[in-house]
Amino acid sequence: MIRLSHVVKTFPNGSLALKDVSFHVPKGEFVFLTGHSGAGKSTLLRMLYAEERPSQGEVRVGGHLVHALKADEIPRLRRRLGIVFQDFRLLEDRTAFENIAFALEVTGARADTIPARVTRVLTQVGLAAKARAHPRELSGGEQQRVAIARALVNDPAILLADEPTGNLDERATRGVFQLLRDINTSGTVVVMATHDLDLVRQTTYRTIEMREGSVVFDSADEARGEER
Amino acid sequence: MRLLTREALLSFRRAPLLSALSVTTIAFSLFTVGLFGLIAINLREALRDLEERVEIVAFVLRGTPPETITLASQDIATFPEVLTVTYVTEDDALARARRELVEFRDAYRDLQVNPLPASLEIRLREGFRDAVHAAAVAERVRGFSFVEDVRFGRDWVEQLDGLRDLAGILGLVIGGVFAAVAIVIIGVTIRLTLLQRAREIHIMRLVGATNWFIRGPFLLEGALKGFLGGVLALVLCYAGYTAFRNNTSVLGGLVFFGPHHMFVIVVFGVFLGLFGSLVSVGRHLRTVSGRLDRRMV
Repeated sequence: MIRLSHVVKTFPNGSLALKDVSFHVPKGEFVFLTGHSGAGKSTLLRMLYAEERPSQGEVRVGGHLVHALKADEIPRLRRRLGIVFQDFRLLEDRTAFENIAFALEVTGARADTIPARVTRVLTQVGLAAKARAHPRELSGGEQQRVAIARALVNDPAILLADEPTGNLDERATRGVFQLLRDINTSGTVVVMATHDLDLVRQTTYRTIEMREGSVVFDSADEARGEER
Repeated sequence: MRLLTREALLSFRRAPLLSALSVTTIAFSLFTVGLFGLIAINLREALRDLEERVEIVAFVLRGTPPETITLASQDIATFPEVLTVTYVTEDDALARARRELVEFRDAYRDLQVNPLPASLEIRLREGFRDAVHAAAVAERVRGFSFVEDVRFGRDWVEQLDGLRDLAGILGLVIGGVFAAVAIVIIGVTIRLTLLQRAREIHIMRLVGATNWFIRGPFLLEGALKGFLGGVLALVLCYAGYTAFRNNTSVLGGLVFFGPHHMFVIVVFGVFLGLFGSLVSVGRHLRTVSGRLDRRMV
C-alpha cells in the first residue's frame, strides 16, 4: 500500500530531513511512526500526501508514484487518503456537519448524496448528536473526532494521522485511538505519528522509530529477524 | 455552481469591511481610468469638431465650362476618401465674401468685376481627415486640367495630426498605468482575502480539491468585486462630470460616456478583477499554502 525506497529529503536551506528511508506498509496494517520532534515524522507524512517531494528515492502510495506526480494529479491521490492533524484544522465558522460536508463538496461529490454520507461518518465517530455544533462548542476529543470523520468521508484506503492525540487529555486520547483502531479493523491502513510511547506500548502494532531523519528501528524487521 | 457562488459570496459576508474596501479601491482605480477616459472622449469630440473643418479647396481656372466642372465633381466624389464635393461658383464666392467678411463689405460692394475664382470644396470622410490623405486627394485633384491651385492648410492639418497622436499616446500610457495600478490593487485585496481564508484553502487542498476548484470562488469573487468597482467608478465619474459641468460655464458642451463606453468600463472592471484574482490565487497556491502547511504542522 505504501512503499518508500531510499528516500532522501534535503530542504533548500541544506538541512537533511530524511536520510535513505525505506519501508513497506502492506494492506490493512496499523503503523506507529515514533521519534522526537524534528526526527522527520511529519516530513515523511507530508511526503506520503505529496506536500513534499523527495530529493531522491521513490515514494509509492496506493498505486501512485508520488515522487513523479504532476501537480494536477495530486488531488486524485489525496482523495484516496484521509489526513488528520494534531490541531484538528476545522473551519471555526462551520458546524461539524458543514466541516465534513465541505470535504465532499470541494471534491465534487453529488449534492444529494452528501447529507447521508456525512451522517454516516458522524455516527461512526459517535457524534451524530453534535452535527450542528461549531468547533468551539466541542471538546478537543470531539473536535478530533470531527476531523477524523472528515478524513473518513471519502472512504480513504489510507489514513495518515500526525500526532492526532497530541492536544488531547488521557481520556480523549483513548477514545480517539480506539476510533483509529476501529477504522483499521475495517481495512483502512493507518499510519500514526506520535510521541506517546504509552500508547505505542499498549498494542502490538508495528512501530517505526525515526531519529534525525533515519529509520533507527522497525518492529517488522525485528519480527522477521526473530522468525529467522 | 451553487457551491462556487456560495463560497464567493461568503467572503463578502464574513469580511464586509475588507470587501467594501476592495470594491472601493477598485472603484477608485477605475474612476481614475474613467476620468481619463472622459477627458479622452471629450478631447476626441473636440478634435472631431476641428477635423470636420479639414477641407480641400480646388480653385478653378476662369472660363471653365460649368459642365466640365460638374462632371469632374462627380468623378472626385467617387474617391474613397471624399465625403462631399461642393461647387462654389464665382458669384457664390462673392456672395459669401460679402456675407462673411464684414469689414470688406464696402470694397466688395463697389466691385465692377468679380475677382474671386470659382472653386470645388472637398470634405473628407472620417478617418481620412489627416495630412497624408488630404495631400493625396489634393494631388489627384491638381491633375485636373482646369484646376489652377489646390489648398488644404497643410500646416494646420499636420498640427491636428500631431495633437491627435499625442492624445492617443497619452491615453494609452496613462490608461495603461492606471489599469496596471488597478490590477495590483485588486491583486492585493484578493491576497488579503486569500490569507484570511488560507486555512480553508489548505483544507481544500488536503481533501483533494483541484486547483481550479479552489480558484473558482476567488475568481468569481474578483470578478464580482471588479463589477461592483466598475459600477461604482461610473457613479463617481458621473458625479465628477456633473460637478465639473455645473461649475464650468465655458465648457457646456461636455459629453459623458455612452452606453457602449459604460459597458466597456464595467467589463474592464470584471476583467481586472479576474486577472488580479488569477495572479494572486496562482501565486498563493504555488507558495503560501506549502509554507502554511509546514507552519501548521
